[in-house]
Amino acid sequence: MKSFISLIIPLCAVLLALMIGAIMLLSLGANPISGYVTMFGAAFGSLEGFSETAVKSIPLLLVGVGICIAFRANVINIGGEGQMVMGALLATAVALAFPGLPSLMLIPMVLIAGAVGGAFWGSIAGALKAYFNVSEILSTIMLNIVAVQFMNFLLRGFMIDPAEVARGTGIPQTMRLSENADLPILLEGMRMHLGVVVALLVAVGAYFLLWRTAMGYRLRAVGYNPDASRYAGISVPKNVTSALAFSGAMAGIAGAILVFGSESHRMVTDGGSTGFTGSAGFNGIVVALLAGLHPIWSIPSALLFGGMLVGANALQRAAQVPSALIIALNGLIVVFVVSSEYFKQRFLESGRVDIVDEEDTPAGGSHE
Amino acid sequence: MNDSFAVMIIVATIASGIRLATPFLLASLGEALGQRSGVLNLGVDGVMLLGAFGAYYMVLQTNNLYYGLLVGIGLGLIIGLFYAFITLNLRAEQGVSGIGIYLFGLGMSDLLFQKFVGTPRPILPFMPLDIPVLSGLPIVGEMLFQHSIIVYIAFALVPVMSFVLHRTTYGLNIRAIGENPEAADSLGVSVMATRYSAIIIGNGLAGLAGAALAIELGIFQQNLTNAMGFIAIALVYFGAWSPKGVMIGSLVFGLVQAIVLQCKTFGVIPRSASDLAAMAPAIITILALVVVAKRFKQPAALTKPYVRGG
Repeated sequence: MKSFISLIIPLCAVLLALMIGAIMLLSLGANPISGYVTMFGAAFGSLEGFSETAVKSIPLLLVGVGICIAFRANVINIGGEGQMVMGALLATAVALAFPGLPSLMLIPMVLIAGAVGGAFWGSIAGALKAYFNVSEILSTIMLNIVAVQFMNFLLRGFMIDPAEVARGTGIPQTMRLSENADLPILLEGMRMHLGVVVALLVAVGAYFLLWRTAMGYRLRAVGYNPDASRYAGISVPKNVTSALAFSGAMAGIAGAILVFGSESHRMVTDGGSTGFTGSAGFNGIVVALLAGLHPIWSIPSALLFGGMLVGANALQRAAQVPSALIIALNGLIVVFVVSSEYFKQRFLESGRVDIVDEEDTPAGGSHE
Repeated sequence: MNDSFAVMIIVATIASGIRLATPFLLASLGEALGQRSGVLNLGVDGVMLLGAFGAYYMVLQTNNLYYGLLVGIGLGLIIGLFYAFITLNLRAEQGVSGIGIYLFGLGMSDLLFQKFVGTPRPILPFMPLDIPVLSGLPIVGEMLFQHSIIVYIAFALVPVMSFVLHRTTYGLNIRAIGENPEAADSLGVSVMATRYSAIIIGNGLAGLAGAALAIELGIFQQNLTNAMGFIAIALVYFGAWSPKGVMIGSLVFGLVQAIVLQCKTFGVIPRSASDLAAMAPAIITILALVVVAKRFKQPAALTKPYVRGG
């Protein structure tokens, strides 16, 4: 019963958001039913479409899994965007430095570099929270801004494609990165690449980390009740820092995959973070919340949101509805899913006598 | 000759710094009000974007800048009402639901812009309003007294808000429920009503900030604010939750931006170095956060939903 309610209420929140989306479609002069049919048909109706959806879901899943870990430790990581950028930058630097290495070495190296870059960026916010009492919400937001400017700086300077300088066009992008770092395509003629496997493995790994290791137990304990954890001899600062490091590492891998799984095989900036990340650093939060902060449930959740992104492009072509609609809709889904927590608690409480102390449950509530 | 040229540039830079500080100031005053009452709003940037688009579109249609400002405020008030409902009645987690509001504003403003405007058309900004006598003063006049009306409004709000917070019952109530809602409630202060009003006014100011930005730039485009709303939130911490502190923070940010712009125009620094300079505000804020976290205490009830008897 409990897990049924935990599942059904967030889903109702999503449906409500989609209904508002239908009203928006209607007022934009598009038929909402055929609109949604177009969207979900494009995303899940064919193998090509599904392959596209899977590729779009990779960064959402990776960031989302990282968010699961952070939120379970009661750390609100808003820094996915910056952590993706820093991971991608370090991975790109590695590929630029060792272009000659064979794929078997270079691909793992760039993925690890992505993880290291993201983890480094995340752990700065973690250390600031743990040792200087700086709210991670604010520091991660500021670190996003720093990371974006750092990306612009590197892609216009040290890392710019020499051909851009020679031509004088100066588009801020790297050269075509080593082919040895290209993520292998899994299905002939489609875009689905190795990144999908990596993301799934990370999700499963995160599940084991959280529920099958002592480290995961400590992370969850700190999130559930820091005072009791401290009393039990668990270092709160250390675990807060590592929660943000793990979370950042996963976002960093997502950043690396965005570069090496892209069609251009370059890292490009348009000056902002969304141009590179597609807001995955924020949308990953939605994915994790809908999944009840569970890494495995994050997989279907990420596919749903990835599918919406693919569908939005189809909708733009078919009905001239700007794909920005989906960003707005994602925002509504966040708001509704977070608000639905209230109804979930009420339903769960109505069946029980004991009082749930709300302050001690981590942000998104829990599944188990 | 050279000296007077230098003075001219310095005066122009400071004047433009004050102009650039205005949207920051409006948005962070609003955020400070909400946080003083114990509610964090991370959606400022989204509200600013909606306010900016609303104002821009209204001015395109009517050519009346004041209508634009009103639309900006109005949109902010509506979102404020919604945000108050989900954070106060439904007790939604404030950090995350604010990000939802941000995404909504980001997507919605872009959607409406693409659908109803498409290609950007410029609008005419406010004419500078010269304050009689004072604007004629050498140097100071040009720096301080030849701005558009919205700049004066923003800076006038600083003493107004200080007064309201520290010299009125309403302000006392806000501060009380931000620190100890249980105690305030037991004395008969309505926590709900006070927080509702603070959030709604705060979001109205964020909408006004967006409108001011769009009118000042005379244009709208996707993601016009480029994370300004997030900086405005940080400025609240920077200014240790006081209107005066927030104003100083906004001015510092505005001036840094103006100086970077000025250097870019004169080609004193290369493009890539200006990217590094653009990091400065965020880094300064992080350092300031470390100091503030040590020295000042945030409102004790910040981000904590209030449940009667809970």
